[in-house]
Amino acid sequence: MKLAARETIDSFVKAAFRTTGLLVIVILGGIFVMLLWNTIAFFAHIKPLDFITATQWNPGGNRASYGILPLMVSTGIVTLGAMMIAIPLGIGTAAFMSEYANSRLRNILKPMIEMLAAVPSVAIGFLGIVIVGPEIAKLAHQANGLNALNGAVLLAIMALPTIITVTEDALQALPVSYREASYSVGANRWQTLRKVIIPAAAPGIIAAVMLGVGRAIGETMTVLMATGNASAFPKGFFHSVRTITATIAIEMGEVPYQTTHYYALFAIAAVLFLITLLVNLAGEYFVNRYRKYQAT
Amino acid sequence: MNEAIIKLSAQGLNLWFGNKHVLKNVSVTFPEKQVTALIGPSGCGKSTLLRCFNRMHDLSPDARIEGKIMLENEDLYDKKISVTEVRKRVGMVFQKANPFPKSIYENINYGLKINDIPSKERPAIIERALKESYLWEEVKDELKKPATRMSGGQQQRLCIARTVALRPEVILMDEPCSALDPISTRKVEELIVQLKKQYTIVIVTHNMQQAQRIADQTIFMYLGEVVEEGRTDDIFNHPQKDLTKNYVSGHFG
Ligand SMILES: Nc1ncnc2c1ncn2[C@@H]1O[C@H](COP(=O)(O)OP(=O)(O)OP(=O)(O)O)[C@@H](O)[C@H]1O
Ligand SMILES: [Mg+2]
Repeated sequence: MKLAARETIDSFVKAAFRTTGLLVIVILGGIFVMLLWNTIAFFAHIKPLDFITATQWNPGGNRASYGILPLMVSTGIVTLGAMMIAIPLGIGTAAFMSEYANSRLRNILKPMIEMLAAVPSVAIGFLGIVIVGPEIAKLAHQANGLNALNGAVLLAIMALPTIITVTEDALQALPVSYREASYSVGANRWQTLRKVIIPAAAPGIIAAVMLGVGRAIGETMTVLMATGNASAFPKGFFHSVRTITATIAIEMGEVPYQTTHYYALFAIAAVLFLITLLVNLAGEYFVNRYRKYQAT
Repeated sequence: MNEAIIKLSAQGLNLWFGNKHVLKNVSVTFPEKQVTALIGPSGCGKSTLLRCFNRMHDLSPDARIEGKIMLENEDLYDKKISVTEVRKRVGMVFQKANPFPKSIYENINYGLKINDIPSKERPAIIERALKESYLWEEVKDELKKPATRMSGGQQQRLCIARTVALRPEVILMDEPCSALDPISTRKVEELIVQLKKQYTIVIVTHNMQQAQRIADQTIFMYLGEVVEEGRTDDIFNHPQKDLTKNYVSGHFG
């Protein structure tokens, strides 16, 4: 092939890749502008203070109220519960895989955990309706188990693969010399794990948790199916809740175009976007700090 | 030197990594309160042998050991013996300084906590260990500083302090000076000579001058076997085997 022809192809490919790269930025920017635009439109109808302080989300009726508080609290409760389950379980599993399991067991466990991440959220929601929910109802003597706890359990299942994988990577990335140093002064595995390995891997573990939180906050289908979606102000784990994501998913289909209610859904989506963005940035920050720390 | 008490010994020791036969029928003795140097070309199994004495190979699943290792008259690989107890009695200083990612103080304190030394006694022990490793004057005002910010030589002396703080009976050192400049190397060598008064020391070194400066006994290994062992002076000046002579004189093909 002639040199000129090769150079033409090269610059063509370069242009193509640059276009795809730009496209991603344009899409992200587009989403952001759309959210922001509609949110501004919403605040033309409703005072921001009312949005933040009102304790009811009740868009229908003649005394409509657009308080994001109950939705935020719902999302908060479910996420908190999910993390209370997933953090100890995830760190424990990762520690087991990295420090105790032999390589054969690890080679079985790892793909299984990755498969867990591939289960569609509808299937997990289904699990919540037919198994986890009824069990919770039985234990708590309630009519049905469609409540925050149910959602938390399911979200914990969904966040686990991320937490386990990232934590395990963090533990594995530590130099063997830390372990050897600890064993050489007479420490056993548990002491080594608790006093040397986990503290040294802390930034990576925090990153894992952040990514898990991000996963839990943004999840929609599972919580929609499992938490009952009652619009009353959430009272606790054994009560039905209605998260930000579920609210958007339920109401977006039926809301009349360009009404206050319509804009309101964009506003809560913007808040959700902001929260996940912050959580991911925090996670990213810790991952980077962790990498730097590894390099030295 | 025959009257010296044998502190540590290996008899008919064989070690495999998977199918690879790394230590071949090794029998060696280490007299109490003396320095014994392990020399030999790279890959001949010095580190592997050293790590048999504090059961570090327990951590690698593909290592298989046969033979007997005795600390005085106890078999270190006896099922009844606790491996953490072995490691407390036989301390190790690694080739590359490996302080914990903790403060200088905590680096020594950790081993004391692990071995249930009462917290009231710990500060004094830590100070003593740092003095014994000639580090105290350099670090006494910054014990809270992260150990990883010290110089390489200081880190290595901290690792030695961490080891001597536990009052082991034997100290294993795997090329402790390989990453150090001549001045730090001198300091560590002086330290080893001091430590010999209380401890039995086994040191792996590639530095022939170092072996002659500090070792009472020298063991020469080649391809997983012990070729010759004896008094350092004899090994370097009157070796019995040609292999030894070629190695110590630097004519190694
Ligand atoms: N964990 C392991 N798995 C498999 N083979 C190993 C392992 N550790 C060491 N070996 C092999 O055992 C042999 C002896 O290694 P060892 O580290 O004891 O040599 P050495 O004498 O200390 O060398 P050097 O002077 O370079 O440190 C080498 O051939 C090495 O490849
Ligand atoms: Mg070695």
